[in-house]
Amino acid sequence: MRYKLAALALFALAALPVAVPWLQFVLTIAIAKGFAALGVAVLLRAGLISIGHAMFFAASAYGVAFLSRAGINDLGAMLLLAVLFAALMGLLVGAFLVRYRAIFFAMLNLAISMVFYALCAKLYGITGGTDGMGISIPTIFGMTPAESTFKSILFYLALALMVIVGLALQLYLDSPLGRALSAVHTNEIRLEYLGVSVWSVLLIAYMISAALAGLGGVIAGFAVGRVVPDFAFWTASGHLVLIAVLGGIGGVAGAFIGAVFLELLHSMAVTVTDAWNLIVGVALIVVIMFLPSGFYGLLKRQKAPSL
Amino acid sequence: MLNAFVPLLLDSLANAALIFFAAVGLTLVFSVLKILNVAHGSLYSIGGYLAASMCLFIASHHLDPHLSFVALLFSAVLVAVVLGPLIEFSLIRWISGKSEAIQILVTFGLFLILEDLQRIIFGVQSYYEDTPMRLLGTTTLGDVVYLNYQLLLIGMALAVVIGLRFLLRSTRLGRLMTAVVADREMALAIGINTDRIFLIAFSLGVFLAALGGALSTPTSGIAPGLGADTMVLAFAVAAIGGLGQIEGAALASLIVGAARVIAIYVAPELDAVAPYAVMLIVLLIRPYGLLGTVNIRKV
Repeated sequence: MRYKLAALALFALAALPVAVPWLQFVLTIAIAKGFAALGVAVLLRAGLISIGHAMFFAASAYGVAFLSRAGINDLGAMLLLAVLFAALMGLLVGAFLVRYRAIFFAMLNLAISMVFYALCAKLYGITGGTDGMGISIPTIFGMTPAESTFKSILFYLALALMVIVGLALQLYLDSPLGRALSAVHTNEIRLEYLGVSVWSVLLIAYMISAALAGLGGVIAGFAVGRVVPDFAFWTASGHLVLIAVLGGIGGVAGAFIGAVFLELLHSMAVTVTDAWNLIVGVALIVVIMFLPSGFYGLLKRQKAPSL
Repeated sequence: MLNAFVPLLLDSLANAALIFFAAVGLTLVFSVLKILNVAHGSLYSIGGYLAASMCLFIASHHLDPHLSFVALLFSAVLVAVVLGPLIEFSLIRWISGKSEAIQILVTFGLFLILEDLQRIIFGVQSYYEDTPMRLLGTTTLGDVVYLNYQLLLIGMALAVVIGLRFLLRSTRLGRLMTAVVADREMALAIGINTDRIFLIAFSLGVFLAALGGALSTPTSGIAPGLGADTMVLAFAVAAIGGLGQIEGAALASLIVGAARVIAIYVAPELDAVAPYAVMLIVLLIRPYGLLGTVNIRKV
């Protein structure tokens, strides 16, 4: 039943842009944000809230822009290198941050991401300041596709990656390493007594979450064709947490459900009203009040993990 | 050297005073209610918008321009009296005692709501109304020209530090607040109306934020996005000083102000990076902030 539902949803996602072409961009962005929100959700499972993951999202998008400046134009190589860059950055930052909990973890993530944001905005000579950097269309197996073709390729690539990465991440979350995350949330000291190094469990989770945010950033960068410092602003990080909670942190699908729902709602709402953030804010508060395990919790019979 | 340095120092002191108003409210609310209010920056900008609108109203109706000083204070009081209890009753009371993730998210939701409400009510154009600043004029000392308004800002910030200290140390209400901070359950057990204390402390925090916003409009004007910018800055300053430490927030405002001056001298492009870099260094060495302690949270 669950697999049928998932297959149906995937088919609908793949078919939607054929019927309504302008939705392709919206859905590409939704999947990109879904990846980043998934990264945030991994950490939320351990009770760690990061208001700074937009930094990894932006960092890999900047990475792509720098790669293209350095003359590397192959889509596969760019994707791999940029995600690797985000993961390495996550390893470095995480090594300092996973010692902290609760409000201090949130605060330090915010601080680092704001340093990154301010540097991107101010170092005009390197990053182009608030104008950002352009990301041109990459080559695929040596060929340079037309813009519309590339955007279609990007969308279906994102969709395929969503399935592959999603399944891989589910394996991770079901492994002892992934299970340890909710154990950290429940009782960290007990876990230490059982001989599990909480520090390494969290560091691995942090690295994975940074890589996921980076993957989202690459896709978004290619889809938009430009990366600006605002990618890393703290409100963007807040939106990622919002998507993760809206969709539910219980399973991999949650983040993508949240992201697609939010982006579709957004593109419908802008035709009617300017007060988009107002709607999102109210929706967020209502979801937390009445649906603590998010939309994903609705799909699952047994109790899904919640905040 | 001195002639170039002193105005910068004064600028940054006045700037530090404005950040201090936002940060001290945040830290006060955190220390009493144990809630980090992400929407705090919006309350700052609402205070600013309201004050700017009132000053413009006074100017356009040819009323006595000195009324604009009253308007600055009155707008902060209005925001505190209307929005303080409203937010406290509807959201804050409900999330107190829940996990930090929920508290941060709900107040983030509130932030989104307030930002859009401001856009709907006040529009997207920036407001600039400097009547209060012009009325106070300038002082010339040597070759350096000071804006008297900046001196007023620094004086106000000092008054807030001393006033809060007096409130918490020497009044009945302040002692009750300190008791609630020290041990919430025990305070409840001996008959302190903690709900009332929370309401007062939260509204006081809102008042300080709105006052900061109102006082900032004559010097820097107000535009959309101010709430988001102020929020992180206030957050950084509160964290550097130690969340919940009022004197810490004052000290941190001075440090951030100084860091900015040094950055402007040494590497101007790093001016905006300075507050966060200071925050990062302080928090990595002392995660509880300069004056914060691990177990004891003092007002």
